[in-house]
Amino acid sequence: MTDDLFSLLSPEGVLSDSADASVDLRGMFSDMVMSRRIDTEAIALQRQGELGLWASLLGQEGAQVGAGRALRPRDVAFPTYREHGVAWCRGVDPVSLLGLFRGTTLGGWDPTTNNFNLYTLVIGAQTLHAVGYAMGIVRDGDVGTGDPDRDRAVLVFLGDGALSEGETNEAFVWAAAQNLPIVFFCQNNQWAISAPYSVQSRVPVAQRAQGFGFRGVRVDGNDVVASHAATVEALEHARAGNGPTLIEAFTYRRNPHTTSDDDGRYREGAVTDDWTTLDPIERLRTHLTGIGTGEEFFAGVAAEEADLSERLRAGCRALPDPSPESPFLHTYVDMPADLEQQMHDHVEYVAAGEVDPA
Amino acid sequence: MSTAMAHALNEGLRSVMEEDPKVLLIGEDIGRLGGVFRVTDGLQKDFGDARVVDSPLGEAGIVGSAIGLAMAGYRPVCEIQFDGFVFPAMNQIITQLAKYRHRSEGTVTLPVVIRIPVGGGIGAIEHHSESPEAYFAHTAGLRVVSPSSAQEAYDLIRMAVRSDDPVIFLEPKHNYWLKGEIDRAATPAPFGSAQVVRPGDDLTLVTYGALVPTAVKVAAAAAEDGRSVEVIDLRSLSPIDDATIFASVERTGRLVVAHEASQTAGLGAEIAARVQDAMFYSLEAPVIRVTGYDTPYPASRLEGDWLPGLDRILDAIDRSFTY
Ligand SMILES: Cc1ncc(C[n+]2csc(CCOP(=O)(O)OP(=O)(O)O)c2C)c(N)n1
Repeated sequence: MTDDLFSLLSPEGVLSDSADASVDLRGMFSDMVMSRRIDTEAIALQRQGELGLWASLLGQEGAQVGAGRALRPRDVAFPTYREHGVAWCRGVDPVSLLGLFRGTTLGGWDPTTNNFNLYTLVIGAQTLHAVGYAMGIVRDGDVGTGDPDRDRAVLVFLGDGALSEGETNEAFVWAAAQNLPIVFFCQNNQWAISAPYSVQSRVPVAQRAQGFGFRGVRVDGNDVVASHAATVEALEHARAGNGPTLIEAFTYRRNPHTTSDDDGRYREGAVTDDWTTLDPIERLRTHLTGIGTGEEFFAGVAAEEADLSERLRAGCRALPDPSPESPFLHTYVDMPADLEQQMHDHVEYVAAGEVDPA
Repeated sequence: MSTAMAHALNEGLRSVMEEDPKVLLIGEDIGRLGGVFRVTDGLQKDFGDARVVDSPLGEAGIVGSAIGLAMAGYRPVCEIQFDGFVFPAMNQIITQLAKYRHRSEGTVTLPVVIRIPVGGGIGAIEHHSESPEAYFAHTAGLRVVSPSSAQEAYDLIRMAVRSDDPVIFLEPKHNYWLKGEIDRAATPAPFGSAQVVRPGDDLTLVTYGALVPTAVKVAAAAAEDGRSVEVIDLRSLSPIDDATIFASVERTGRLVVAHEASQTAGLGAEIAARVQDAMFYSLEAPVIRVTGYDTPYPASRLEGDWLPGLDRILDAIDRSFTY
């Protein structure tokens, strides 16, 4: 690992004196464990044929929970397809994360309930939505008032590969030129499917912000405390009207890109093993144990985890199959007559049971 | 020995790369991974990373730089990872690639191929099952082709790479693993021609790409009802081979067009318009379309019903005979 990373909790579990003493370390631990459990359970469900695909977050729990816990209720998050830990921190029902991957829905949750937007599969597209939302916040006057109940900011997630898309670069230009209340949170997990970071860039992610005219911060993404502190600071900066920040959470994707990827074709298992020793959860567990956290706390987390996995398994199988008319609904505010006719014909056709064998 | 369509594409690419050192491949994950569908498997190992380029994650970059490479005398073959991800490159394709030859009054040709896995039926998540062909066919200056079998894939990819015009090469992913014999020595039909896959006398069924095998099954089922259906695989979606379609409709008097893409302003509308214009007095019945609906491509649990299948096409055939 490189040395220029902002870090507060060392791989040996030693917490820096400069860490904010009021942060809820136990809560962070629990959130990371639950995020990982969502992931392991979803992978198991995929293997059992219950999900078509899953994008694993293994190894990125520290970055995600650190960032997710920095959000205030009125802040808005724009995720990619891998932010299961942020979704958890936002209070999104984890079962609803499964529908997209099970093929029962194209969305899965109401983005307005938890200010957590729908997953974005088209790389980079969400960065511009986040910019637009931040422009809305500025127009509403909800920035720089000093009133913590009023000021808001946007936190948008992206991968290191997404930095190469034109749209992401346009988002950076707009965010800078308009000094928007936005934080770009890039999890540099070092891989865009099979492409190592060197295919995208010759400089570290954080350094790229400078060229656009805003701040870049490089943080140890396997350190939940540092990821949290950096995001709290950047969101505060944004809410106060001081403009954007690009956070690079330097981490590693320990699983294949998705359940259909074969990472043995493009990377060495030994490197993945090295990163396993930097595990964000184990690091915090070591620290918590070291400061005398009792067994009953860990037992409580384990019990909660067991409940969660039950809930996910049962919930996944209970996700309702969509109705045959569902593709037609909500395509327009007012359904055009010809689409209504298509829907009518289709529903009749399906009801007649003339379904082709797959 | 029979070959899967994905492998036929790989072989076709390999053969043109061997023949012409100016051919190079650019795309996301096409090198060591061999592409997410393994169409480029092993090519980087054999031709090196200057000829099989793992690109940064940017589709405008892939197509835009392919345009520049073509201007510099190369023959780039781009891979777009999935149908739904071609849209960031649309500006380069539509405003630049399609028009440059015309603007330069023929002095600059752009022999760029853009390969895109298209279509549904594989249980994928959103943006992985789109049918974007009409956008391209609507744009003058592009050729649009779509093979449905291993043999066609082998022939068409070779012709596409050798074409001096830009080619949008749509690979029906549903057919990637369909196997067929390839005759590598056969003289392929000219670029731009449709193919009669199964001859028949009572009705013409026109389709392309993923639906061709379904159409052949439809014809077999219709034969049991005593109806002889002629199946035409368009292969070339732009230009459309009018002559083959007209000659068939002339004999059968009936036409059904089937495709996965949504109905409105799709290729079916184009074919129907051409046929009614040229063949009005030969038609016994209106041209009928069987297509995807005018909705977003649905969540995969619904795609089995949503996609045009055997029954919906047979229903359309029945309807044609009610006239
Ligand atoms: C516009 C676009 N192009 C290609 C893809 C296919 N694709 C899906 S994920 C991915 C890699 C993304 O890498 P990165 O941005 O680093 O995010 P990570 O998956 O590592 O979290 C690619 C190429 C896509 N989803 N969208």
